[in-house]
Amino acid sequence: MSILYGFYEADSGEIRINGEPVRIRSSREAISHGIGMVHQHFMLVPPLSVLENVMLGAEGGPLLAEGAGLIRKRLAELGREYGLEVNPNAIVGELSVGLQQRVEILKALVRGADILVLDEPTAVLTPAEADQLFEMLRVLKGERKTIIFITHKLREIMSLTDRVSVMRRGEMVATFDTDKTSPPELADAMVGRKVILKIDKGPAHPGRIALEARNLVVRDDRGVVRVDGVSFILREGEILGVAGVAGNGQSELLEALAGMRPPSAGEILVDGELLTHVQSNPRAERLIGIGHVPEDRHRVGLIMPFEACESAMLGFHQERVYGRGMLFDRRAIIADAQSKMKAFDVRPPSPLLKTANFSGGNQQKIVLAREIERNPKILLVGQPTRGVDIGAIEFIHKRIVAQRDAGKALLLVSVELDEIFALSDRIIVLCAGRITGERRPEDTNAQDLGLLMAGVSERAA
Amino acid sequence: MSSPLRPLPIWADVALIPLINVAAAFVISGFVVLAIGENPLEAVQILITGALGDLEGIGFTLYYATSFIFTGLAVAICFHAGLFNIGVEGQAYVAGLGAALAALHLGFLPGYSLVIVAIIGAALFGAAFAFIPGYLQAKRDSHIVITTIMFNYIASALMGYLLVNVLREPSQMNPETPTFSVYGQVPQFHELLTPLGIHWPVTPFNLSFLLALAAAFAVWVVIWRTRLGYEIRTVGANATAAVYGGISPARVTIVTTLLSGALAGGMAVNVILGEEHRLILEYTAGFGFVGIAVALMGRAHPVGIILAAILFGILYQGGAELAFEKPKISRDMIVVIQGLVVLFAGALEHMFRRPVAVLLARRTTSPPI
Repeated sequence: MSILYGFYEADSGEIRINGEPVRIRSSREAISHGIGMVHQHFMLVPPLSVLENVMLGAEGGPLLAEGAGLIRKRLAELGREYGLEVNPNAIVGELSVGLQQRVEILKALVRGADILVLDEPTAVLTPAEADQLFEMLRVLKGERKTIIFITHKLREIMSLTDRVSVMRRGEMVATFDTDKTSPPELADAMVGRKVILKIDKGPAHPGRIALEARNLVVRDDRGVVRVDGVSFILREGEILGVAGVAGNGQSELLEALAGMRPPSAGEILVDGELLTHVQSNPRAERLIGIGHVPEDRHRVGLIMPFEACESAMLGFHQERVYGRGMLFDRRAIIADAQSKMKAFDVRPPSPLLKTANFSGGNQQKIVLAREIERNPKILLVGQPTRGVDIGAIEFIHKRIVAQRDAGKALLLVSVELDEIFALSDRIIVLCAGRITGERRPEDTNAQDLGLLMAGVSERAA
Repeated sequence: MSSPLRPLPIWADVALIPLINVAAAFVISGFVVLAIGENPLEAVQILITGALGDLEGIGFTLYYATSFIFTGLAVAICFHAGLFNIGVEGQAYVAGLGAALAALHLGFLPGYSLVIVAIIGAALFGAAFAFIPGYLQAKRDSHIVITTIMFNYIASALMGYLLVNVLREPSQMNPETPTFSVYGQVPQFHELLTPLGIHWPVTPFNLSFLLALAAAFAVWVVIWRTRLGYEIRTVGANATAAVYGGISPARVTIVTTLLSGALAGGMAVNVILGEEHRLILEYTAGFGFVGIAVALMGRAHPVGIILAAILFGILYQGGAELAFEKPKISRDMIVVIQGLVVLFAGALEHMFRRPVAVLLARRTTSPPI
C-alpha cells in the first residue's frame, strides 16, 4: 500500500489506473492520479484545525485566505453530499478518533480521490464508530468511488466488500467474490497450508501451575489498551502457545509478563504468589526464575554493536560469575560466552565478534543460550524463529521442547501458526487484546484457529 | 547500488580517519590564511615551533592539553550513555568554586592533604552542578542539551555574583578570591624539577597532567571493564535492550552526568589549583566547549582524547605565538580551525569513511577479472 501511495517505489511490476500504466514516485503523484490514503495511524497535525489539516499540501498559493475559502466550500459540499459533516474550525486533537478518521477521508476526497485506500481503519474505532464508517463507505461506493479496505477481520470483509483478495507474506494468494466465499474459506487462504514442520514430541506431563494471569490489562506507549482482560494459567512441563495476527496484543502481553511494561490492571501470579509491584521488573523476575526471549532480538534482546560475549550476559551482568565488586572478570565473561556458544552451536563460536556480525539464526541462538542456560523455571518465548534459517529453526524448536520435557513452563508467542502447532500443548488465540478461544492442537486445525484469529468468536458448541 | 563494505580495520578506524579529518580541517584553514594574505606554510611553521619548539612551548602546550583531557573525558563519558553534555563549561566553572572554597577555608588540614581535599571539592561541585540537568533528563525528560546550555549561563551569572559580592576581598578591586596557601596549590613541574637539578622553564605545567592521565585510564577501566560502564554503554547503544536487561536508564543517566561533572572539575584542578592559585572570573574561557571537539575527535576513547587534547594544546599555544608574530592572524584563527575540526570529526565523520573503505578494499582484494 505504501508503494501505491508513493512512499516506496516498486522494484518491478507496474501499476495501472483505468487501464493506463502509471508511475508513482511520491504521494503527490498518487494524489494526482486520484488515489487517497487513510492510514492506520492518522497523518494529521493535532494542534491545527480541521480546515488547516485538509488544506495541508493543497494551500493553493502563498496566501492562505483564498485556498481556505475554496476548501471551506468544498468541505461543506462534501459534508452535504456524503453526510460527512465536520466543523471545519474544530481543533483536530480535540476530536474523537472516529471524527479524526473522517477528516482523513475528507482530506482524500477534497483532493479529488476516486480510489480510497483504508489501512485497518477499524483498529482504532469503537463498534459504533465502525458502523458509522461502514455507512459512509457504502455511500461513497454508491458515488462510484473505488475503495480498497485492508483488514484482518473477516466480519468486516463479509459485511462490506464485493471482492476480496487474500495476501500472505507479500503475495496475493487468492481472490474471491465476497458473496461466493465464506469465512472458513478465507481463513484457510489467510493461514495457508504449508507442510507443518514435524518435530518429535512426546505427550506433555503438566504439573503444578507455574504462572497465572488474571484479567490483565496492558496499554501501549500511547495509552491504547492492547491487552484487554486476559486470564490464563501455565503449568510446569507444558508449552502454551499464544496465536494471533501480529499486533493483537501479544507483544504487550509478553512485555507485561516479563516485567518490561507494567500492566494497568490485573494480576500476575508466579508459583501461586502474587507478583508484587517491586518484583515487576526484568531484573527481579530473572532472579525468581523467569527467562524471556524477546520477540525482537535487534531492538530488545541483543546489543548489536557489542561483542557477542557482552550481549550474552545482558540481564545477568550483575552476577558474581562475571567478576566480584565493580570490576568485570573478562576471562570469566569470555569463557561463559564460549560455553554458551558451544552448547547452542553458535557459529562462528567467537565471543569477541560483534553481535551484529552473526547471522539471524546465530544471534537468536545467543539469546536462547543466555536465557536457557540460566535454568529458569518459566520461559517466555516470543517469535523464536523470526528471520531464522530452516536449520536453526529445527535446532531452536528441539531446545524449546527439551525445556518442556525438563519440567519447565513455557509460554510461546508466535505469529507462525506452523510453529504454534508444532510446539504447543495448548493454544490460546488473541484477537484485539482478548482471548477468543482456547484449543488443544490435536482438536483443532488451521482453519479453526484462523477464524479465532480473525475475531470470529467461539462457535456455539 | 551501495553494497555494504566490510568494516574498516581498527587502525584505520581509530587513527587514519581522524587524521584525515584533521588534515581536511587544516587544509581549509590554510585557505582562510591565504585569503587573509599570509603564507599558510609559514603560519604552520610558526605554530609548530611556538608549541613544540622549546621546553617553554611544550610546557604551555601540555598545560592546555591537561584541561582539554579533563573536559574531553567529561564529554566522552556522556557520549557513551547517549547523552550530549554541552555543560562542561559551566560544570568546570562551578567546580572552581569547590576547589577555591576548600583551599581557602580548610587551611587547618595538615600539609598537602589540603590540596587533595580541594581536588575532591572541585569534583564534588562539578558533579553537583551536573546533577540537576542529569536528574531533569532522567526523570522529567528535559533534554540535556537544552538544560546544560542554560546551566552554562546560570553558572556564569552565579559565579559572577559570588566573585563580585561574596568572595572578593573588600580591599581588592578585581573580582577574584585571595591567593591560596602553598598547600592549597598543585605543584608545578618547574618547582619540582629545579631542586633536582633538572632545568625546566617556568610554565603553568603542573602535576594535574598526571592526574589527567590517571583519569583517562580510570575512564577506560570504568567504561570497558566495570558493570557500571557496561550499563552506561548499553543505555547509550540501545535503551530498550537496557530496560530488558534490568538496567534503569534513568539511574544510569544520573550517574553518568555525575561522573561527567566530576571530570569537568579536573579542569579547575589544573587551572585554579595548578596555575592561578585563586578563583578568577570566567576562568574556563571556552575550554569546556573545546572538550566537545576533543571528545569527537578522540572518538570518545581515552587514548584518542589524550592525543586530541595534545593537538588542541598545540593549537592553543602555537596559535598564541602565531597571533603574536603575525598580527593579521588573530587568535580567532584557532577558533576557525577548532570549528572545522568539529565539523569534520563530528558532523561529517562519515564523509571520508566510504572512500577510505573503497580504497582499502581495492588494495586488499585482487581485482575481479
